[in-house]
Amino acid sequence: MSSSSTQTPGAVMAPGAALTETARSKAPSPDKASWFLVSPLVLVLGVFLVLPILTIVTVSFWDYNEYNFFPAFILENYSYLLTSQVTLATYLKTFKFMALTWVFCAVIGFTVAYFLAFHVRSLPMQVVLFLICTVPFWTSNIIRMISWIPFLGRNGLANSALISAGVIDEPLEWLLFSDFAVVLAFVHLYCLFMVVPIFNTMMRIDRSLIEAARDAGASGFQILTNVIIPLTKPGIMIGSIFVVTLVMGDFITVRFMSGGQSASVGRVISNEIALLQYPAAAASAVVLLITVLIMIGIMMRFVDIRKEL
Amino acid sequence: MSALELVSVTKAYGETVAVNAITHNFASGSYSCLLGPSGCGKSSTLRMIAGHEVVTEGDILLGSANITDLPPAKRGTAMMFQNYALFPHLSVVDNVAFSQKMQGVERKTRRARAMELLELVHMEAYSERVPDQLSGGQQQRVALARALVTEPQILLLDEPLSALDPFLRTRMRAELKKLQRELGISFIHVTHSQDEALALADDIIVMNNAVIEQSGAPQQVFNAPTSEFVARFIGGHNVMKTDAGLMAVRTDRVEMARSGESTGAALSATVRDVEFLGSVVNISLDGGATGDLIATLPDSRFFDQPVEIGESVFLSWKAEDAHHLAA
Repeated sequence: MSSSSTQTPGAVMAPGAALTETARSKAPSPDKASWFLVSPLVLVLGVFLVLPILTIVTVSFWDYNEYNFFPAFILENYSYLLTSQVTLATYLKTFKFMALTWVFCAVIGFTVAYFLAFHVRSLPMQVVLFLICTVPFWTSNIIRMISWIPFLGRNGLANSALISAGVIDEPLEWLLFSDFAVVLAFVHLYCLFMVVPIFNTMMRIDRSLIEAARDAGASGFQILTNVIIPLTKPGIMIGSIFVVTLVMGDFITVRFMSGGQSASVGRVISNEIALLQYPAAAASAVVLLITVLIMIGIMMRFVDIRKEL
Repeated sequence: MSALELVSVTKAYGETVAVNAITHNFASGSYSCLLGPSGCGKSSTLRMIAGHEVVTEGDILLGSANITDLPPAKRGTAMMFQNYALFPHLSVVDNVAFSQKMQGVERKTRRARAMELLELVHMEAYSERVPDQLSGGQQQRVALARALVTEPQILLLDEPLSALDPFLRTRMRAELKKLQRELGISFIHVTHSQDEALALADDIIVMNNAVIEQSGAPQQVFNAPTSEFVARFIGGHNVMKTDAGLMAVRTDRVEMARSGESTGAALSATVRDVEFLGSVVNISLDGGATGDLIATLPDSRFFDQPVEIGESVFLSWKAEDAHHLAA
């Protein structure tokens, strides 16, 4: 990818450079010019992406004791991680959170986007409603999470409302500090990441396609399953990548909403950092990175999102 | 096969009237063209016939059935959309088979049927491609096959040729007409190009400002326009202000002479411009109070006796070639 992008400008510039023979002494050669053009991006990605990842990979092979970590080349960090039952359990738990969050986000996100794109007819109204969807993002993640606590707590709004309505006799214990609360918070936090790309894709669907489908005798549901969902797939997939990567890497939501009772891969890494076990944390991070990359690779095989980017 | 009848059909969007109580009879098995400038209501009319637009008032009858409020697929009509509206995620054969898939026809049967239609439009070789891999003309053939797969009694075409380049447009025009003759069903074709309408139609319906200005056979509409709008829109006419009101004369029926005595000229005029168009020459003339005129002469006649810009000439025409126009 990077080699083709550096060569193409050079190939395009060559005839132009030959024409302006007199200007040649001033202008850099085509090859150099294309290197200059890509250098800002290379610098940014190199310093802020490649270098940190290389550091983490390096540190993951280092050794550590209770108060220090030091250069070495050991495989124990990985061998312990990959054979531990705890790792398996936390990964399963994290996958469970991810799958549930993904399903709810996809269903809610698709529905909201569908309503915005196909039922709201005027563009100003679409813009207004879309901005309303983003209102929760005006406050930080942590505040939005914490605000669930008085609502879901033992004597919270939800329980007192249900009791006074006579639906239940005593407070529901599983509303807060449970897996339910974790998934609820995840869906609340990340649903918009699903709405935006799906809405974006839906707005690009040519409305005459829906008329053509109706002309061919398709019912409303058939139009949804045969035209709208297939054409919205790239948006669903981009939203899914957001949700999956965010949930897989999260540690704070799981800690707050489970009351410290549920583990996730992110929490394991955060605990290891807290215990100054940096090499172990680095090894966990590398394994998590590889896992997420594999998942994204699998998702990209199903849907070609290149047209959307 | 049965005829389609519009009975004082009206379409209003709030206060705006797009189609104002039009009544017309489309003969069965005919090629009709709805002709008019943009915003004249021709597309709304077509979309009401197709069932994609709700009729505000009036009735649409197909044979003995009132189809005014039926859903699009239940009317016996099929529509070919302006930009073809092919499903980008489906292959050509699946696009054509779409309506049968909706009816629950088994995959093998519907694909076989779709292939028959693709053969009809000579696209069988492209059946597994997706629309993005086809040229405009090829996409149009697929759209045509997709519309015809439902065996409609009437095919509705919304500006089907406007997206094609001029060369392809002429070719597809001939193919549409041939297909209509072979299938024997009615085609109703919306266009803003008078050439297209004249070349294709058995019946031209000229619309303007939400009403039908004039309808009839192409020769009739072209030879004897009844209103100033039709005379100007259909082209090839001089609209002249005379004492008896507005008159229209075809530009190629105007005789031009250098002296007035022998011909009993109706009008004298000054040559303003001469345009050579190949087989004919257009001479723009200043007719004084009568208005600006054009005389179209065959090139051989013009070059036998060429005139210069600024020269005075005398114009005449046969009495039967002049038509009174409604304002």
